[in-house]
Amino acid sequence: MLLISCPWCGPRDETEYHYGGQAHVPYPETPADLTDGQWAEYVFYRDNPKGPFAERWVHSTGCRRWFNVLRDTVTNEVLTSYRLDEPRPELPQAGGNR
Amino acid sequence: MAEPTIHTGAAAGVGPAALRRSPVAHLEKRMRAAGVTGARGVTLSEWPFLAMVDLRVDPASEAARRIEKTLGAPLPRRCGHTTASGPHTVVWLGPDEWLVLSQADAPTVAAELDEALGGDPGSVVDVSANRTMLDLSGPAARQVLEKGCPLDLHPRAFGPGRAVATTVGPVAVLLWQVDDAPTYRLFPRSSFADYLARWLIDAMSEYRGPEVP
Repeated sequence: MLLISCPWCGPRDETEYHYGGQAHVPYPETPADLTDGQWAEYVFYRDNPKGPFAERWVHSTGCRRWFNVLRDTVTNEVLTSYRLDEPRPELPQAGGNR
Repeated sequence: MAEPTIHTGAAAGVGPAALRRSPVAHLEKRMRAAGVTGARGVTLSEWPFLAMVDLRVDPASEAARRIEKTLGAPLPRRCGHTTASGPHTVVWLGPDEWLVLSQADAPTVAAELDEALGGDPGSVVDVSANRTMLDLSGPAARQVLEKGCPLDLHPRAFGPGRAVATTVGPVAVLLWQVDDAPTYRLFPRSSFADYLARWLIDAMSEYRGPEVP
């Protein structure tokens, strides 16, 4: 089981959280101008990196806040977690193909 | 199903208070019978109809200061912390959300806080019917909870006056420790209260017999 550190509540078991998919996927700036292909890209297409991956989690049974987690998809290690208003941290040990 | 609860208090017999029933009223006898005394003692009981008001406001705002003045206690700023004043206890639920537990009348507390909030951004909602309160107490209470709670409840990490939202078994609860007995108060949502009470009764049953080495 993952031990995820909520930015507000501290380390808690994975069972207290729910997963929210890839983080930092911006809403299109001009949604009216998008083609179907571009919409599909925005709605369905996600990165699948080998290595550190920024993803969203929500602390469902705790403070019910969304936040971001940097998880290594190879080792399943939670590298760090950060609030939504913070930028993705640069990790010196981060490798991967991103 | 449970019989309607009849109140003999000030508001007895009038309005919805006379009709309300607690979600685990039908388990009252079983909870009492499940109690264990002695060095491995643990008891379970329900305190129904506690006033609970959900409060959301920016903690840095002027409205938060007015609310703190009305409550007579500061709003706790960190996870797990509580503050108390008179009949009120304020529990941290999130960075801008608190639960005010009170032995006072719920509509009165909600009205006072709403007035303190004024028209500023935020919300004050009477959520007394959302949860009920189970009181688990005795020397073995921590061991009972440790069967299903992922948190570290050891005194080095958790103690009187601490309250956190977590899970006990599969049920999401607000868990508040009030004293060193230890006494814990669990706030499950009403529809999960029956299951949690039965889960606790089952978890308590082993303390009736001698300890297995």
